[in-house]
Amino acid sequence: MIPASFEYQRAGSADEALVLAAEAGEDAKFLAGGHSLLPLMKLRFAVPEMLIDIGRLQELSYIRDEGDVIAVGALTRHHDLEHSGLLARELPLLACAAGCVGDPQVRHLGTIGGSLAHGDPASDLPAVVLALDAMLVIRGPSGSREVGAGEFFAGLFETALQPGELLTEIRIPKPAAPGWSFQKFTKRAIDWAIVGVALQGQQVALVNMASTPMRAAGVEQALAAGASAEQAAAHAAEGTNPVSDINASAAYREHLARVLVGRALAEARDRG
Amino acid sequence: MKVSIRVNGAEVVADVEDRLLLAHFVREVAGLTATNIGCDTTSCGACTVLLDGESVKSCTVLAAQADGREITTIEGLAGPDGQWHPVQRAFHAEHGLQCGFCTPGMVMATVSLLAENPDPTEEQVRVGLEGNLCRCTGYHNIVRAVLAAAREGQGGAAPAARAQPERQAS
Repeated sequence: MIPASFEYQRAGSADEALVLAAEAGEDAKFLAGGHSLLPLMKLRFAVPEMLIDIGRLQELSYIRDEGDVIAVGALTRHHDLEHSGLLARELPLLACAAGCVGDPQVRHLGTIGGSLAHGDPASDLPAVVLALDAMLVIRGPSGSREVGAGEFFAGLFETALQPGELLTEIRIPKPAAPGWSFQKFTKRAIDWAIVGVALQGQQVALVNMASTPMRAAGVEQALAAGASAEQAAAHAAEGTNPVSDINASAAYREHLARVLVGRALAEARDRG
Repeated sequence: MKVSIRVNGAEVVADVEDRLLLAHFVREVAGLTATNIGCDTTSCGACTVLLDGESVKSCTVLAAQADGREITTIEGLAGPDGQWHPVQRAFHAEHGLQCGFCTPGMVMATVSLLAENPDPTEEQVRVGLEGNLCRCTGYHNIVRAVLAAAREGQGGAAPAARAQPERQAS
């Protein structure tokens, strides 16, 4: 399969990428690792007229300890998140989940910013940054703005990013509660999650249970009211709207959400 | 666009379509056909090559993304005298293949895996090769081969780029 024709431009800096995007207008897409975009282009579900390659911008590849916050450059690869000593100490949920994305070859090229900007509710990292209350830094022609993860994911493959805007950094507060868990239910090792759970303390987010990643509000409210893990997990499917597809019916996904949240709470308790 | 990609130590310069995939560049422009295209959907790993020493699926990389960088395919693993790479020897000795279609990708994924983890457990080998499918389901001997290569202690590094004359391809 071969993508439709497009024009390829490589940006030498984030500033240049923004200029190129402004010139190109709505028919341009940023290319980071390409592991969400290129498969869609090969299927011709995405037909951009221009790709602006930002994959070599080292200025956007970093993991920094800034005191109360861990700052992650948007072009940090899954492989680098997975093997970061800083994340292993401060944000093991993110390191663990990054190591569950795709396979080693995918993680050698795929980036956190690319995954988030793609806005696929079946992807792992959107739910992780949602559970961690991350702030996303967006640069555009008129400057920078920050958007909370809860507002960033607007719909199926839709985010708060406007044409010409570039996600540059993910800012994650260091968790107050140490217990964490990442649960990913798949049939084969490299598949997307049929359902997944990202949990830090009493903050719980669900993968693939609606058109966006979502917090399990019923579970969080039950935990805050003093419910046991078992009681709280029973609320996991409340407010969700999962699809039925070749992998699972909506009812089975709701069942999985309850089971996986129960497992996540038990694992987090053991780690806390 | 004009790309210049170092393939197995030799510079390959060509004017290609912006949309050309690295898998097609390797097979049709560089003329190296050992790298197979299996699923063409980033799943099977048959097209795995090394990009600056790390495994990638060349069906999901643009040739333009590899411009100015270094690619190693299975044709580039053997030494200058034709002696097989330790991972190739181990796949041969342990019969780590059946039909052979997945083998180039399995071998390249193994070279990358052992470069990152020279002494993996069996479990780490199985997880480390999760991106490569064998439709013959010949996984047991593949895992044995990887462990044998690791025991040899030199499965990891790709051979140093060998000096070869630059050649033009169109």
